[in-house]
Amino acid sequence: MNAHFWVIQAFNGISYGALLFLVGSGLSLIFGVMRIANLSHGAYFLWGGYIALSVINATGSWALSIPVAGLAVALIGLAMERIFLRPLGSETLRQMLLTVGFAFLFQQGALDIWGGNNMDINPPAMLTRSVVIGGMYFPAYRIFMIALALVIGVTLWLAMEKTRMGAAVRATVDDAQMARGVGIDTNRISMFIFALGAFLAAVGGVAGGAFLGVYPGLDFEMLPLAFAVVIIGGMGSLSGAAIGALAVGLADNFGKALFPEVSYFTLYAPMVLILAIKPTGLFGR
Amino acid sequence: MVSQQLKIAMVATALVAFASIIPHSGSFVILLATRAMAFAILAMSVDLLLGYTGLASMGQAAYFGVGAYLTAILAARFHIGLGWDFWLVVVLGILIGAALAALFGLFALRAGGDYFLMITLALGQCAWGMAYRWNSLTGGDNGINLNARPSFGLDLGNAVTFFYLVFAFFAASMGLMYVLVRSPFGRSLTGIRERELRMQILGYNTWLHKYIAFMIAGGFGGLAGVLWALTNGHVSPETVVLTTSVDALLMVVLGGAGTLVGAAVGTAIVFGLREYLSTLVPWWQYVLGGVYVLTILYLPMGLMGIPSRLRQRFASQGKSEGSKRLATTLS
Repeated sequence: MNAHFWVIQAFNGISYGALLFLVGSGLSLIFGVMRIANLSHGAYFLWGGYIALSVINATGSWALSIPVAGLAVALIGLAMERIFLRPLGSETLRQMLLTVGFAFLFQQGALDIWGGNNMDINPPAMLTRSVVIGGMYFPAYRIFMIALALVIGVTLWLAMEKTRMGAAVRATVDDAQMARGVGIDTNRISMFIFALGAFLAAVGGVAGGAFLGVYPGLDFEMLPLAFAVVIIGGMGSLSGAAIGALAVGLADNFGKALFPEVSYFTLYAPMVLILAIKPTGLFGR
Repeated sequence: MVSQQLKIAMVATALVAFASIIPHSGSFVILLATRAMAFAILAMSVDLLLGYTGLASMGQAAYFGVGAYLTAILAARFHIGLGWDFWLVVVLGILIGAALAALFGLFALRAGGDYFLMITLALGQCAWGMAYRWNSLTGGDNGINLNARPSFGLDLGNAVTFFYLVFAFFAASMGLMYVLVRSPFGRSLTGIRERELRMQILGYNTWLHKYIAFMIAGGFGGLAGVLWALTNGHVSPETVVLTTSVDALLMVVLGGAGTLVGAAVGTAIVFGLREYLSTLVPWWQYVLGGVYVLTILYLPMGLMGIPSRLRQRFASQGKSEGSKRLATTLS
């Protein structure tokens, strides 16, 4: 175990964290605005990967698959929110139970449409090379993922902090009733955020498809990780999601490398510890 | 309104009928019923939290799993629990489930509502991760096989005898939980579900109430796990996986949260639909999912809520007819 090991593992952890940020930030925003834990979020991730595969099969374009998969899943999320979650109003428990039901329907739907085989998303050759820095090999794809998460994260942050819409979202997160009182259409905000969360999860699914693969069961594997991100970072907070994603990504990588037998423990133990100290997460209110 | 005694009599009759009819059917149905009853204990423990305390636990498979693994490890490694010491394993299974819940509850109950759901889910994943990765103890992905069921005068290898044993545990669990939710303790749990703040102002230690309920549910989960391991003869990470917790929650919601019978009915329906519908149509999963979604949307009280729904419907119809008649007499 030398410096190489630490640098490579840290790099892997950070790039995995970048992926987790895409999944976790959407979940966190949805929770912040609607006060529900969206249990279909893993399914959005999986469907993103599958739809991207179909797009790549049809057009051969990997670059096109990212926005198409993202928008398609965003539409699914939008429809789900409008048709099924909205009529339940503010009954969050029933809404969450409904998202569980949909998670199962999506799981079965994916199995029927795309079959049960493990599939891989092949990124363009440009991204499959490695970059050599100081005698160490860094896969270009993982660098791309970090860059993607950075771009999306900064864009989201700017949108939240600098635009009128972002201000309305923040107001809804802080106090939905008060936000309605000053004339913010929180229904529209909910719809928008739900679609945005689904979009982010699907983009994560496409990005992650290249090294995690796309396979049945991936949805319920990602869901707890996304939850860990949100629990550590605190709900409804973008910067919290970023920190949480990094923490989970690093804990997962070093855990698997150093203590393989109890690796899931090293992943969830920090989460439990943080909760013990601050129940609303590091950045939660 | 149907009186409480009549309801108890109806449930008891249904249970007796169930226990006397099933053993005469085929071996497949007997095994299916045995599995469903073991799982129903888990579902009822979920209901104790969801229906009576208002806590949506997404990690109940952890207690189920720890009971199942305990049984399998003791039997396969130490040959404990194959004779009279089966009862010791049952007690240990309940205790280990409750102990794990006591540990997890310390973290999960620091937060309420949706946080609780997410934390229990993550804690359940912790348990799953241990089962999956801790090869030397749990056999990893392959799991552990139990070669024989216990035999102590009663030969539990006999499917019918085993059915009756699991039935006894199932009926006893239901009875115990019924007594629990009707007790002053259970009433205060319902109070917490409805309005925790008010209960706090009235001087109840709501945290302690929830904590105890969480441990009791964990104990029943452990018991369900012991029976599940013996029923299937195999324990693997599949037993502890997230979908087990989710399944249990769905069954409760389908049957009707806040009615223990509903949890059992929900379990029976899901097990039955899975086994029978899957042989009939390939798209049975959608039926199950569709039924579930419709239940949440239109039957918030689940299937057990149908009678009161109908009564309401008829009552309001009668009323409107009455008011029409009143209107005609007045004119």
